[in-house]
Amino acid sequence: MKLTGLGQDKTATMVLVALAAVTFIIPFCNLALPADSPMHFSAYTVSLLGKYLTFALLGLSLDLVWGYCGILALGHGAFFALGGYAMGMYLMRQIGTRGVYGDPLLPDFMVFLNWKELPWYWLGFDHFWFALLMVVLVPGALAFVFGWLAFRSRVTGVYLSIITQALTYALLLAFFRNEMGFGGNNGLTDFKELLGFNIQSEAVRAVLLMMSGITLMTAFLVCRWLVNTKLGRVVTAIRDQESRVRFLGYRVEMFKLWIFVFAAMLAGVAGALYVPQVGIINPSEFSPLNSLEIVIWVAMGGRGTLYGAIIGAVLVNYSKTVLTGLMPEIWLFSLGAVFVIVTVLLPDGIVGLLKRRLQEQHS
Amino acid sequence: MKANSIKGYCRLAAFFMLLFSLASYGDQEVSTQQPLLDALNNLKQGSMSEREQAITQLAGIGQSSLGILQALLDGKLFTLKSDAKLVVGIDNNQGYDISDAVSGTPLGTVERADVNKINLTNKLRVSLRKIIGELELSADDPLIRLAAVKAMGNEDDDAVLALLQARAGVEKDATVLKAINVVFLLKEMNSSDKAVRIKAIEALKEQNNLDVVNRLNVIVEKDEGGNYLETDVEVRNIAKAALIKINSRLQMYSTIETVFFGLSLGAVLVLAAIGLAITFGVMGVINMAHGELMMLGAYTTYVMQQLMPNHLGISVLLSIPAAFMISALVGIAIERGIIRFLYGRPLETLLATFGVSLILQQSVRSIFSPLNRSVATPEWMSGSWQINDFLSLTWNRFYILVFCLMVFVLLLQILKRTRLGLEVRAVAQNRNMARAMGIPTAKVDALTFGLGSGIAGVAGVALSQITNVGPNLGQAYIVDSFMVVVFGGVGNLWGTLVAGFVLGIANKFLEPFAGAVLAKILVLVFIILFIQKRPRGLFPQKGRAADS
Repeated sequence: MKLTGLGQDKTATMVLVALAAVTFIIPFCNLALPADSPMHFSAYTVSLLGKYLTFALLGLSLDLVWGYCGILALGHGAFFALGGYAMGMYLMRQIGTRGVYGDPLLPDFMVFLNWKELPWYWLGFDHFWFALLMVVLVPGALAFVFGWLAFRSRVTGVYLSIITQALTYALLLAFFRNEMGFGGNNGLTDFKELLGFNIQSEAVRAVLLMMSGITLMTAFLVCRWLVNTKLGRVVTAIRDQESRVRFLGYRVEMFKLWIFVFAAMLAGVAGALYVPQVGIINPSEFSPLNSLEIVIWVAMGGRGTLYGAIIGAVLVNYSKTVLTGLMPEIWLFSLGAVFVIVTVLLPDGIVGLLKRRLQEQHS
Repeated sequence: MKANSIKGYCRLAAFFMLLFSLASYGDQEVSTQQPLLDALNNLKQGSMSEREQAITQLAGIGQSSLGILQALLDGKLFTLKSDAKLVVGIDNNQGYDISDAVSGTPLGTVERADVNKINLTNKLRVSLRKIIGELELSADDPLIRLAAVKAMGNEDDDAVLALLQARAGVEKDATVLKAINVVFLLKEMNSSDKAVRIKAIEALKEQNNLDVVNRLNVIVEKDEGGNYLETDVEVRNIAKAALIKINSRLQMYSTIETVFFGLSLGAVLVLAAIGLAITFGVMGVINMAHGELMMLGAYTTYVMQQLMPNHLGISVLLSIPAAFMISALVGIAIERGIIRFLYGRPLETLLATFGVSLILQQSVRSIFSPLNRSVATPEWMSGSWQINDFLSLTWNRFYILVFCLMVFVLLLQILKRTRLGLEVRAVAQNRNMARAMGIPTAKVDALTFGLGSGIAGVAGVALSQITNVGPNLGQAYIVDSFMVVVFGGVGNLWGTLVAGFVLGIANKFLEPFAGAVLAKILVLVFIILFIQKRPRGLFPQKGRAADS
C-alpha cells in the first residue's frame, strides 16, 4: 500500500475496486448462473468488456508516456498492433491442419500465395512462451531503436508527434503488403484454439476477461509505483522543465527512453490480450486514426493520473459501441466534438472536472 | 455628327456586300458539288466497272471526297432501300446509325434490312486504298499526312513507295519528310547490297522510332537452333552498335519521364504542404484539418461542375477562387472558434484540429455520400504531349506542375510585397515585439490561417484533377504533407518547395526497384532518420526565433 500510495488516493482505490469487480464477478455470472437469471451476462458482453480492459491497458501505457513524460506519441497503436501480431502468429500456428488448405506447416494465406516454406521470422511461434516473449520484445525493440534515435538528437514536441505518426503509417503500408508474410490486407484470423482450449468457448472468453483484468490491475499498480519512484519523479520533472533537468546533470534521453520502451511493452501486452478476444488482427490497427483515438481516451479521462486513462478508455469505447450501433454517422461527429471540447474546455479531463467539483464542495 | 452618319452608311454597305458574297459563295458550292453528286450516282449503280469509274471520279475531286472513300473502304457506305439515298452507317448492334454521305447530317437509326451495302471487289479495294493513301498524303493537315506515311510504311508495295517518293519531292513539313525518309531507310535495310544496308542502319540509329528498334532487334535475334537470323556478321555488329546507341537514348528519355513524374508528384506534395508550412511556420500551429480543407476545395470543384455541366474548362478555372474562399472562410472559423484559445499549447492544438478534421470528414460523408465522386477533366487538360515515339508527357500533370509554381510565386510575392506579408513575417519572427510595434497579432493570425487554408483549398482543386474526390482525400495526404514541411524546415517556403520536389522525385525513382508501397515506406523511413540528424529540417530557421 505504501509503495503505490493507494492509501491517500480514494479515486484510485475506487477504480481498482471497480476493476476487480468486473474481473471476478462478471466471468462468474457468465459461467455459473443460468442463462435466464437476471444477473447473467452474455458471452457478447464478456468479450466486449474484455476488449475494453485491453484498451484501458493501452490507454494506461500511453498515459505513462504522455501524461508523465510529456511525449505526445501519435504512433502508440503500432506497439499494440505488433503485440497483437505476435500473439496472432502463435494462434495461426495452432490452427495446424484445420485450415482450409490443411497444410500442416503453412498458414492458409501462405499456401494461397504459393509459398513453399515458413519464413524465418515465423519460426518459434509454435511455442507459447516464445510468442509471449515476442509480445514484449518486438514492440520494446522497436521503441528502443526509435526512441534512442529520436531522444538522443533531442527531437521534441510536435516534431516527435509527427514522426511517431509517420512510423505507424509506414508500418501500416508495410503490413498491407502480401510479401511481408503477415497475411496482407486480411491479416491473421480464423483462430481455433489457445493452449489447446477452444478459443470460441465461453469458458475461454471468461478466462481471457479475467486475465485482461488481472493484467490491467497489476500494470496499474506497477505504474503507480513507478511514477512514485525517483525515476518517476525525474520523468515528471522532464515533462515540466526538460532543459532544467538536463542542466541538473540527468541524462534526459535515457529516462525518456526507459519510459518509452516500458510503455511500448505494456501496449504490446494489451495487443496480445486483445487479439484472442476479437479473433482477428489486421493492418488497420496500425492506422494513424487508431493511435489518435488512444490519445483522446487519455485526454478525456484526464492525463497524468493513470486511472483517468482507464476511465477514459472504457467511457469512449462504450460510447463508440453504443453510437455506432444506433446511428453510425453520429460517431465521427461526436468523436470530433470530444476532441475539440476536451482540449479547449477540459484540459484535465473528466477526472480533473470531478476533482474540482469535490474541492468546491469541501471549501 | 456628320462623320458618324457617314461611318454608319459605310457599315451598312459593308454588311450588304457581305450578304451578297455569302450568297454567291453558296452558289459556288452547289456548282463544285455537281461532279461529286455525279460520281456518287455512278457509285450507286450495280456494276463494278461503274463503281471503278466513280472511284476515279471521286479521286479527281480531291480532299473533300476523302471521308466518303474511307467509308466505302471500311464497308460503312450504304444506300437506303426506300429512296436510294447514299448514307454512311455505323453499326450499333441492332441496326445502323446513319448520316447523309454528302452533308454529314445525322438521319437517325435504321434496321439492317432497310439498307444495301455498297460492295467492292478485292481489286477495287486495292486501288481504293491506294487512292486514299494518295489523298491523305496531300492533305492539308500535317498530322494526317504523318499518319498516312506511317501506315504506308508498313506496306510492302512498290507503287506505295513511288507515291512516297513523289511526296518527298514536294513535302514542306520537316516531321513528315523525316518520316518518309525513315520509311525508305527501313526498306533499304532489306536491300541486297551490303553497303546500302549498313548505310541505312547508320542513318537510322539517330531516329527515335519504335519500328526501327523492332527491325534492328530482328537482325540481332537468334532462331530456335541458336543461329542468327542475319547471316552477315558485319551488318549484325553494326545493328548491335546501333541498338546500344538507341537504347542509351531510350534510357535517357525514360529518366526524363521519371523526373517529370517525380516533379508532378512533388508539385502535388508542395501544393498540399505549402499552406501547412505557412500556418506551422508563422503560428507554430499544427493544423491536422489541413487535409480536410483540401478535400473541401476538391468538393468545391465537384459542385461547380454540377452547377455548370456544359462549361468544364470554365468551371475548373472558377473553382480556384471559389475553393480558396470556402476553405479560407472555414479556416478562419476554425482559428477564431478553437485555435486562438490554445496558443502556446501546440500539442492540444494538434488534437483539437484533428477533432475538426473528423467533423469535416463526416459532414462531407453525410452531405455527398461516402462514395467517391469523379470530377471531369476539361479537354485541354486531358491527353498527353507526344514528343516522340519514346517520350510522352500527360497534360494534366504538366498543368499541375505549372499551377504549383504559379501558386508558389504568388504566395512568395504576397509575403514579400504586401502589407499583410510584412506583418505575417514580423509575427513569425517575434510575436511580442510585433505586438509592441502595434501589429494586431490576433488579426494577423486569423488572416494567416485563412491564407494557409485557402491555399489548401486551391490544392484541392488540383487534386480533383488527378484523383477521385472522396471523404478520405485529405487523410491520404496529411502525413505526406507534414513530412514535406518537416523535411524542408519549418517557416521556410523555399525549403518546402525543394523538399516536395526531392521527395517526389525520390519516390518515383525508387518505385521501379521497390514498388510503389515500398518506395513510400523507404521515403518515410528516410525522413524519420533524417529528422534525427537534422531536427530542424533542410533549411532551418536562423537566429533567435529558432530557439523558441
